[in-house]
Amino acid sequence: MSTATHIDIPGQTPSSAPWRAAKSVILLICCLLVAVPFFSIIATSLADTRQVTEAGGFVLWPDRPTLDAYQAILAGGLVSQALTVSVGVTAVGTALALLSSVTLAYGLSRPGTFGHRPTLMILLFSLLFTPGVIPSYLLIKQLGLINSYWSLILPTMVNAFNVIVLRSFFLSIPRDLIDAARIDGASAGQILRSVVVPLSRAAIAVVGLFYAVSYWNAFFNAMLYMNESAKWPMQLVLRTYVVNNSAIGPGEAAVAGATLPPSQALQAAILVLSIVPILIVYPFLQRHLRKGVMIGAVKG
Amino acid sequence: MGIPMSLLTREDSRSDPEAPAPSTGKRGMRRDRALFWFTVPGILAVLLFHYVPLLGNVIAFQNYQPFIGIWHSTWAGLDNFAVLFNGDQKFLHALINTLQLLLIQVVFVFPAPILLALTLNSLISERVKRLVQNVLYLPHFLSWVVVVAIFQQMLSNGGLVNVLLRAQELGTWNIIGDPDLFKALLTSQVIWKDTGWAAILFLAALSRVDSHLYEAAAVDGAGRWRQTWHVTLPALRGLIVLLLILRLGDALSVGFEQIILQQTSVGLEVSEVLDTYVYNHGLLAGQWGVSAAVGLVKGIVGVVLVLGANRVAHVFGEEGIYRR
Repeated sequence: MSTATHIDIPGQTPSSAPWRAAKSVILLICCLLVAVPFFSIIATSLADTRQVTEAGGFVLWPDRPTLDAYQAILAGGLVSQALTVSVGVTAVGTALALLSSVTLAYGLSRPGTFGHRPTLMILLFSLLFTPGVIPSYLLIKQLGLINSYWSLILPTMVNAFNVIVLRSFFLSIPRDLIDAARIDGASAGQILRSVVVPLSRAAIAVVGLFYAVSYWNAFFNAMLYMNESAKWPMQLVLRTYVVNNSAIGPGEAAVAGATLPPSQALQAAILVLSIVPILIVYPFLQRHLRKGVMIGAVKG
Repeated sequence: MGIPMSLLTREDSRSDPEAPAPSTGKRGMRRDRALFWFTVPGILAVLLFHYVPLLGNVIAFQNYQPFIGIWHSTWAGLDNFAVLFNGDQKFLHALINTLQLLLIQVVFVFPAPILLALTLNSLISERVKRLVQNVLYLPHFLSWVVVVAIFQQMLSNGGLVNVLLRAQELGTWNIIGDPDLFKALLTSQVIWKDTGWAAILFLAALSRVDSHLYEAAAVDGAGRWRQTWHVTLPALRGLIVLLLILRLGDALSVGFEQIILQQTSVGLEVSEVLDTYVYNHGLLAGQWGVSAAVGLVKGIVGVVLVLGANRVAHVFGEEGIYRR
């Protein structure tokens, strides 16, 4: 069978059978190394106290699945507040980021217009360096944004790389379409709304997902700028209670009953909650990536 | 982030005979300005949060005191930069750890996606290839906090690995918190998180290799290995050079968030790198001027390295990140 494919599709000579088997085993191990941790964390978050205690920590399968851990952390303590903060910052941040990035990319999509060259240079040059931690902190402080949600949204609102992806998409829109709209008397804003955006839905969707993922995942800015734990996003809660292993008490997880579920299960549940949104958007990302927004950008 | 600027700005240089000349008439100017106004909010954000902080670097030359502010702090000349040369132990730890991690990452992390891409590319079944990709891309989209948390939950004393080891009565293997294993731990986390994702670029390059080259090589008697060596790898050369240059620009950044999250368990001697030094000494310990000086030098070295490496690439006939 392999000889047949070899003749039909010219390509590299296929490797020998033992090699192919070895490769499959290696790839299988790679996949397991990624998948098993997820599985085990979900299993532990659903396990009950007795099983976690007996196992001395992690379990691979919940014998008596229970949602106690989730109920405890979602009952109005610090974790549920953090979820609200994260969802809010992600939603507002993504909307503003998309708005400013799409307009910026559109403004840069016609070489030769007023201010095109310097604006593009400012954007591209910003890819070469990252502003230092200390100067950034001083700026945020100067702007009075310490402990403000805006400090989590504004600094990462325009990602030069995302703008460039959008711009290369806008540049590939046939010139005739835009000229036709212009001759019909459409303003620049109308052209953006009724020609450019509808034709670039896929690219805008992917860039939006990238922004959403990066807002959801952002942790360092929150650590720098948010001193009040009531305003922490999910990632910072995760750091404090899972990575740094601070004790989870009644303040963090309000409980109806007297005893909290085991900390192992609570930690696993916090971890699951901070992964779930990524898992939800992942198939969409996946599909668009396959269609090749990234690869299209690379092909140039 | 792995995307050549030369490719991205190429559209500017294309010669399109039908494109109207830059408009000069009054109407044209007005329209052009209309387009310009669209860039204003976005570019202001870039200027404010990317360029204005550069001004804040003046505190590297000051005895900066937060409660006095930049305007009233006294000037220190180059005193803050002395830490770079006077053999300060903490700075040396940071420098040495950074360079060690850089070396480890170039040797172990950089080739991993190339190997993965070559392995995936040689698979015959498209479905298996896609499935493997779908699984291995996922960790890239997780935050460092999540990745570090997952590793701790798996490898700590109460973690899955040790639960299984104890179940087999093999004792407990203390991985997290062992200073000797810290760099290996960091490296395995980077590989776990980003290898699948980084392989995308290599897979794209591989898909563009002219398959007739393989046939020609096979006719000439080249076996599978020689085909890989003489056809596949040369096809990846430009991309490898490009990614190495970009990595060089980031040479002194070796995983800030990742390390900051795990420092406390192993101590600063093995875990401090330049980025964490700036954070720990500036924001936490209040040595603002010295930290800003170290951060500034690090940033300048990065830009110099990337431009220098690009020049070297040009000498060797590669395109690099921009064309001459």
